[in-house]
Amino acid sequence: MSEADRYLECWQLAKSYPAPAGTAVIVEGFDLTVREGEFVCLIGHSGCGKSTVLSMVAGLTEPSAGGIVLAGREIAGPGPDRGVVFQAPCLLAWMTALANVRLGVDEVFADRPVAERVEIAAQALYRVGLHDALDKRPGELSAGMRQRVGIARAFALSPKMLLLDEPFGMLDQLTRMELQEVLIDVWQREGITALMVTHDVDEALFLADRVAMMTSGPAARVGAILEVPFPRPRSRRDVLDHPDYYALRESLIGFLEEQAHPPADQHAA
Amino acid sequence: MMDVALESTASEAVVAAPPAAPSALRERARSVTRAVARTVLPPLLGLAVFLAAWSLVAASIETSIGAVPGPRAVWDAAGALVEEHARERTKAVEFEARQAERKEAFLREQPGEPWIERQYAGKPTYLDQIVTSLKTVFAGFVLASLVAVPLGILCGSIPLVQSALGPFIQIFRPVSPLAWLPIVMILVSALYTPEEAWFEKSFVSSAITVALCSLWPALINTSLGVASVDRDHLNVARVLRLGWWTKVTKIIVPSALPLIFTGLRLSLGVGWMVLIAAEMLSQNPGLGKFVWDMFQNGSSQTLSMILVAVFTIGFIGCLLDRAMVALERLVTYGGAGAR
Repeated sequence: MSEADRYLECWQLAKSYPAPAGTAVIVEGFDLTVREGEFVCLIGHSGCGKSTVLSMVAGLTEPSAGGIVLAGREIAGPGPDRGVVFQAPCLLAWMTALANVRLGVDEVFADRPVAERVEIAAQALYRVGLHDALDKRPGELSAGMRQRVGIARAFALSPKMLLLDEPFGMLDQLTRMELQEVLIDVWQREGITALMVTHDVDEALFLADRVAMMTSGPAARVGAILEVPFPRPRSRRDVLDHPDYYALRESLIGFLEEQAHPPADQHAA
Repeated sequence: MMDVALESTASEAVVAAPPAAPSALRERARSVTRAVARTVLPPLLGLAVFLAAWSLVAASIETSIGAVPGPRAVWDAAGALVEEHARERTKAVEFEARQAERKEAFLREQPGEPWIERQYAGKPTYLDQIVTSLKTVFAGFVLASLVAVPLGILCGSIPLVQSALGPFIQIFRPVSPLAWLPIVMILVSALYTPEEAWFEKSFVSSAITVALCSLWPALINTSLGVASVDRDHLNVARVLRLGWWTKVTKIIVPSALPLIFTGLRLSLGVGWMVLIAAEMLSQNPGLGKFVWDMFQNGSSQTLSMILVAVFTIGFIGCLLDRAMVALERLVTYGGAGAR
């Protein structure tokens, strides 16, 4: 396998916390490899540890065991080479949209002149369709627009990877679909590698090249990986009309249901 | 409550009578009168009851220095103080004019000789004393803020500092200004010996005592505000790899600002209260000294003068608090929930 095929490599990743009754093992033996430019969705039941995995890749949580290698270098702590989009946009309410994006841009591109840094931040906001909202504060923006700023803030830094933790979980269905389009547009244009946590089956099928399905915790790991063969660029219509769509959807839901209600023999074991 | 009920029935009766009038306007007029009734009447009623009770009680108490003054006597005393101020001002102006005349004459007769300027030595009036008090409390408050806010930020962001300073905060916070003041006065006498004193020693002691006592609310609230900054916001800072300074100025301080201001507001309140006690003992020529001097001279005017001071102190304290609230509104962001 070439370097590009193993752009992100999670190897035997584990996370456990000390708990009153022994040790709580959240994730154990988590293996995942992501190609450069690939869009991978991590799907699983809530509380299974998918956000923990993302947080470890982001460097916000220290793995208990195993390692993460991104573009040939082991990850140690958070850094601007991984843009993170949180579930809540976490914008700073006292700054305009532009200032929020500039916060990271100023730090990463500190050697560039101010005008150029403003341009980088503004371009990122244009890219997510916020032409008229540069000088608005988060309080004046809708939830969907705020999350657009969150996305702009993440990819304005030209990161190697985009990490998204259920970024559309708090939005209504229509806004969510709109933002999925924005995200896929940005991902495609920037040629960025993306890892996204979600529990929405349709969202995963629309966005991802591959869907990694996680087993239910404790000691969650990747249970199976589903290739999504839909051609790109995708339109929602084409995806829904694709002959394999319902079969893929079935297998995803089947896996999740099995995790929720394990068959008797597996339960006994 | 009563007034509001009466008011609404009255206006309903009006509505019923002329059905042709534009109802929107009437509705508006009605809501305005109702709002006025709700906001203006109760305080007025309270004031009336208070003044009546005061007059009644005052008339029935006889002290060693005469009757307790009623509202009227206190009002007259306040007027007398203002008049006295005006008189002193005219005297000062006249003095300056005479001095200028003499200086001119002196320079005409003995050109080249050094002229010695004389300060007008009239006693400070009540209004001067208010100004002194305001200066003192302001100096103490600024001093306290300069120490408390940075220290609070350190406390809130570094747990080690928090646990190191915690016990001291707990122990020193409840100490009364009356205990600090003698120590401060002795230390100021020993250490504050500049060639050319910009400030009186009594002023410095009072200001430092105010600072020592008003430090704590600002310190505690700042550290609480900093410690309770949204975890997500700190994660953003970590992901963006913000430097310590950027993190403090761009994320921590702005999100802790409402609590920092709450602390500063409490500090200013405490400082103003402490100031009066500090001035009484350190003889700083402010409101505290005024109260003390009035108490010492024990004339028939004493009680009404002190009551004027009480109202002044309360009124200014209230104004200072309002000013801090206004400042907070100005400085902190709109507060729209923008997570």
